[in-house]
Amino acid sequence: MKSAKFDYVVAKTVADATAALASAGASPAIIAGGQSLVPMLNLRVAFADVLIDISGIEELRETSLTTNGITIGALTTHAAIEDGKIPDPFRGLLRKVASGISYRSIRNYGTVGGSVALADPAADWPVCFMALGANVCIATGEVSRSQAITEFIESQYITSLRKDEIVIGLHIARSDEPQRWGLHRVARKNGAFADSIAIAVQRDNEPPSIALGGAVQRPFLLAAAARQLSRRGTPEIELRAAIAQDVRANVPEADSYLMRLHTSTVLRAVREMGSQ
Amino acid sequence: MRPVTIELNGAKVVHDIEPRETLADFVREQCRLTATHLGCEHGACGACTVLVNDKPTRSCLRLAVMCEGCTVQTLEGFRDDRVMETLRRQFHECHALQCGFCTPGMLVMARDILLRLPNPDEQIVRRELSGQICRCTGYANIINAVVAAGREIGSAGGA
Repeated sequence: MKSAKFDYVVAKTVADATAALASAGASPAIIAGGQSLVPMLNLRVAFADVLIDISGIEELRETSLTTNGITIGALTTHAAIEDGKIPDPFRGLLRKVASGISYRSIRNYGTVGGSVALADPAADWPVCFMALGANVCIATGEVSRSQAITEFIESQYITSLRKDEIVIGLHIARSDEPQRWGLHRVARKNGAFADSIAIAVQRDNEPPSIALGGAVQRPFLLAAAARQLSRRGTPEIELRAAIAQDVRANVPEADSYLMRLHTSTVLRAVREMGSQ
Repeated sequence: MRPVTIELNGAKVVHDIEPRETLADFVREQCRLTATHLGCEHGACGACTVLVNDKPTRSCLRLAVMCEGCTVQTLEGFRDDRVMETLRRQFHECHALQCGFCTPGMLVMARDILLRLPNPDEQIVRRELSGQICRCTGYANIINAVVAAGREIGSAGGA
């Protein structure tokens, strides 16, 4: 359970980090909290010839709340969000998600940027950020771009990040309209990766948004279910059918157990949202 | 190899460290502090939990080179800690260990729980300790001990 050898460099700025990526050999890796990368290196399911440590780049810890929205720095830890150290304009949704991730000793280091950049389909943040319609902020050198998280995450552990780019934060448009949300998560054990996790968000005067992750290729938005839900007084049987349609389209490998599991988590998230 | 300076249990240590060496291997192999136990070595069991800059940390998931300039506290570093003294006594009273392998991680994590969430009830302790795995005692006595320590500290006027 020991990693193969690698070199280690400390980046002091975003430009430092992306320059190191650009000039590195075949397999550099960015390390922030390291709570996924270190065990993957130790288990030798991931390899890196050089680790570029971005954990000391202070600007990536900053969160800003403006009239446009909230930008959460990539190095913000799950524990910082759990403890309310950053504003949560979504009525506690961010705190709720953060507190359900793994265990406190992991949450002290794991970062939102790392979670999004790794793109584990069972991770909590990508599902949450999809439901909130977030954009991923990405940089190389002084150049930055932003991309909807639904497009940024391409498949299991695959994102649109180019070799010399890093994730610097997440941007979520702000809405002053009242909003409700629901979250349901099924995992074998408290703190384990979810077999199924659904998050539903509704802002008044906007259509609802429902995201699902877990035992899937990639987390996704449930378009048919959201359409069905925006019609007032939809009978549950029609909502179930719409959820099943979304799950079949996005998780073609789902057997009858997974169909029932995902349908239930979505329904429970939607019910929780309805009761808020 | 890279020189790294760490304040370990109150004393400054400087060592040349290979980047791939975990904090757990560093404290055990280089510093001969063997209270930190290694169970799974991939962040699942919690036996290797130590404090880094006062925060519970899985030392098997932390590269020692990333601890440059940090304070690290292993179980050996809690001799004069009042919360830990109470926990140690309650673990004894409640029979909260058999083989003792998970105990260092349990104690470090339990201390953090009592400081963050004073006087926790059983449900909170169960949730907060769920990242620490014990393979012999079962969890009931461990949870009883943490709840009892929290109550004792609470009634003595706060931690």
